[in-house]
Amino acid sequence: MAMAEPEGGPKESFRPAMLIYDTRYRAITIQVLVLAGVVALIGWLVNNTLHNLEILGKPLGFGFLTEPASYDINQRLIEYNSRDTHLRAAFVGLLNTLLVAAAGCVLATLIGLFVGVLRLSKNWLVARLMTVYVEGFRNVPVLLWILLTMAILIDTAPRPAAFRKGEASMLFDAVAITNRGIYIPEPVFSRSLGNIHLFGDSSLRFDVSLDLLAILAALVAGIVASIFVRRWADRVQEETGDRPTTWHIRTALVVVPPVLVLWALGFHLVPPELKGFNFKGGIHLRNSFIALWLALSLYTAAFIAEIVRAGIQSVPKGQTEAALALGFSGGQTMRLVILPQALRVIIPPLISQYLNLTKNSSLAIAVGYMDITGTLGGITLNQTGRELESIMLLMLVYLAISLSISSVMNWYNKRVKLKER
Amino acid sequence: MAETTYVRTEMLPPKPPPPSQTGVVGWMRENLFDGWKNTLLTLVALYVVYALLSAALPWFLHAVWDADSLNECREVIKASWGPEADGACFAVIRDRWHQMLYGFYPQELYWRPNLAFVLMLVALSPVLFPNLPRRMLLFSLVYPFLGYWLLWGGTMWAPVSWALGFVLGYFAFVIVNDRGGTILAAIAAVIVPLLWWFFGAGPFADLVQSLIPISLTDVESRQFGGFMLSVTIGITGIVGSLPLGIILALGRQSNLLMVKSLSVGFIEFIRGVPLITLLFVASTLLNIFMPPGTNFDIILRVVIMVTLFSAAYVAEVVRGGLAALPKGQYEAAAALGLDYWKSMRLVILPQALKIAIPGIVSTFIGLFKDTTLVSIIGLMDPIGLTNAIRANAEWQGIIWELYGFVALVFWIFCFSMSRYSMYLESRLETGHR
Repeated sequence: MAMAEPEGGPKESFRPAMLIYDTRYRAITIQVLVLAGVVALIGWLVNNTLHNLEILGKPLGFGFLTEPASYDINQRLIEYNSRDTHLRAAFVGLLNTLLVAAAGCVLATLIGLFVGVLRLSKNWLVARLMTVYVEGFRNVPVLLWILLTMAILIDTAPRPAAFRKGEASMLFDAVAITNRGIYIPEPVFSRSLGNIHLFGDSSLRFDVSLDLLAILAALVAGIVASIFVRRWADRVQEETGDRPTTWHIRTALVVVPPVLVLWALGFHLVPPELKGFNFKGGIHLRNSFIALWLALSLYTAAFIAEIVRAGIQSVPKGQTEAALALGFSGGQTMRLVILPQALRVIIPPLISQYLNLTKNSSLAIAVGYMDITGTLGGITLNQTGRELESIMLLMLVYLAISLSISSVMNWYNKRVKLKER
Repeated sequence: MAETTYVRTEMLPPKPPPPSQTGVVGWMRENLFDGWKNTLLTLVALYVVYALLSAALPWFLHAVWDADSLNECREVIKASWGPEADGACFAVIRDRWHQMLYGFYPQELYWRPNLAFVLMLVALSPVLFPNLPRRMLLFSLVYPFLGYWLLWGGTMWAPVSWALGFVLGYFAFVIVNDRGGTILAAIAAVIVPLLWWFFGAGPFADLVQSLIPISLTDVESRQFGGFMLSVTIGITGIVGSLPLGIILALGRQSNLLMVKSLSVGFIEFIRGVPLITLLFVASTLLNIFMPPGTNFDIILRVVIMVTLFSAAYVAEVVRGGLAALPKGQYEAAAALGLDYWKSMRLVILPQALKIAIPGIVSTFIGLFKDTTLVSIIGLMDPIGLTNAIRANAEWQGIIWELYGFVALVFWIFCFSMSRYSMYLESRLETGHR
């Protein structure tokens, strides 16, 4: 029936049964049915929800976000007090989420690289130890690691009073590990340039440190200059065949400007000091942050180690041999032949591990680290009773984070895709 | 020429390799002390092993199994091993093991979860090991209803009448398929059971129960806990998410725009949010979505969310398997005249799922580990119980014994799952991909 009729053949008239038996129309029938089913389901759910909310006496609305939060957040990156709005609290929480996610990704990558490479070591003992690490951490829930780390920090680290009695001492006279958290030196600029205040009085207001901007600008300028030096070296090499030695110039270009800026700003570190029963000064990293950060990093690192191992093993040995046969040095082989191919395999799953780590950071609520789940999905939800709105916003925030990370991944995948001809 | 040249006529026996190349010494030279870098690595690794063992061994050796509180443990250890000694207080596990396994399930009914667990192994074994008789699969089909009845109790006729819904659906499909074709049959197979569950199942169960009363003591979901809860949620989630994930993956590959965009939207949404937010939905919102007055079980709500969550991940893994199949396989199936479902069932999915096995199993391992998150919404899984026991005056300050115990059990479950996936891969390996 679906065959093309020869021209001039009898025209087929449409019959309702063709909606089911004719493949040309069946696709449309199925889609209409699916659409109708989904619309009906969603309509039913929305209807129920509105009805229930009416019974509970809390009509849908986001007005609660502008009301005062009236709870404290003990670890925060921007200034906040309990008279600020719920929106502000959620913003503080979001920054905390991003902080622990970023710190976790960095540490997990470092540990994962280290373990993944050592797992391929010829050294039997080292390879076995790394296998034990990977299998041990991968097969135990991350929540357990977080709670265990928290318990160890609280129950085994010395109390601040122990430092007074000399039972415990600070590392390098700068870092104090106590059961209330870790105190590290604080960077201070004695000739500070001050801050720029953004967004006036709104809930999203925050300060940008001009000192940091200056350092970043110096760093970027150095890197750009170093790229120009490399281009010049490439040109010289193409013209003459000899490559001028540039590594010392390039290192200096990257390192010297930020150091000069730091010196000009009067950069120094202020270590924490024991005053009374507690440490004052320095930066106080709370146990909740440390536990979450360490546990997430160690757990994710086990997965990253496997990714790194698989990536390195995916490059055939013939590639190394071919590169050596072309006269490349060991470093060049690694940099120009092995790494580009291994990274193609490593980076996509690595980014999805970063995504997992970010999502797992929502377990912060188990140790009381005030991330977005702890503020918006925790205290705000409980205080205002706005479950629907809070959870919807919370999901939207995580969706936005996930989608932006995965769009970076898609962009990368497209860029490194094998160009097949 | 005089015959002075000496030519050996028989072969010399091979010499043994030098002692430095064989045996333990040779192995150590090869694997541990090959160059100064390697030697250094070995020494560092040896130190790490020593540090770990010197902390852990005495702790295990000084273990106390019989005490009523942590303080008592410490006193016993001090009395027998000196004032500086440190030791494990496994007494907490001896004291609370029944809680860690069963939560607050009534003690006199422990035989029910035990029986359910054993029967679960029986039901799973024909699925896991294909050389067992195929007839055992019938029991696997019956088990979900039997397991539910054993765990929660109540009248036996409730699970029976739910199961009847599936039977009705099957018959509806067969009958309509003969008369009107696949699509109508599929619609009938969905609608008939739904009608049955909504209107027929409850009265039917009540009626039969009044005629032939067979029932077990009711157990509330709130009494569930410990590893029993983890296994219940984990296994139900695994069993539910595999078919759902496959359907979602097929939907994502579909030519039908509506089906495809719905699948993509669902998968990306679920993968974009953390499981804990979905559990919040389960604990606070799911009742708001239902008609007023409905209040369905918290474990069921959690299982639904965990299943949906893991189905999205399974779908992505299966999609990878589908994409890895050469296009020729699809074309060959079409050339044989198979329709969509037949070509999927007979040609595409068996190969795609084989490729996807490692990914699917690691998703399941992830799901099983993620069941611990239910402690955050207040269910008493092993982590929740650990927190509760640690908040107790007698066991305050206990760390490694409890967390270590929980970690060990999870490790055994997850590690054996990953070993099973390796076994399956090697069994299905056909030498070409």
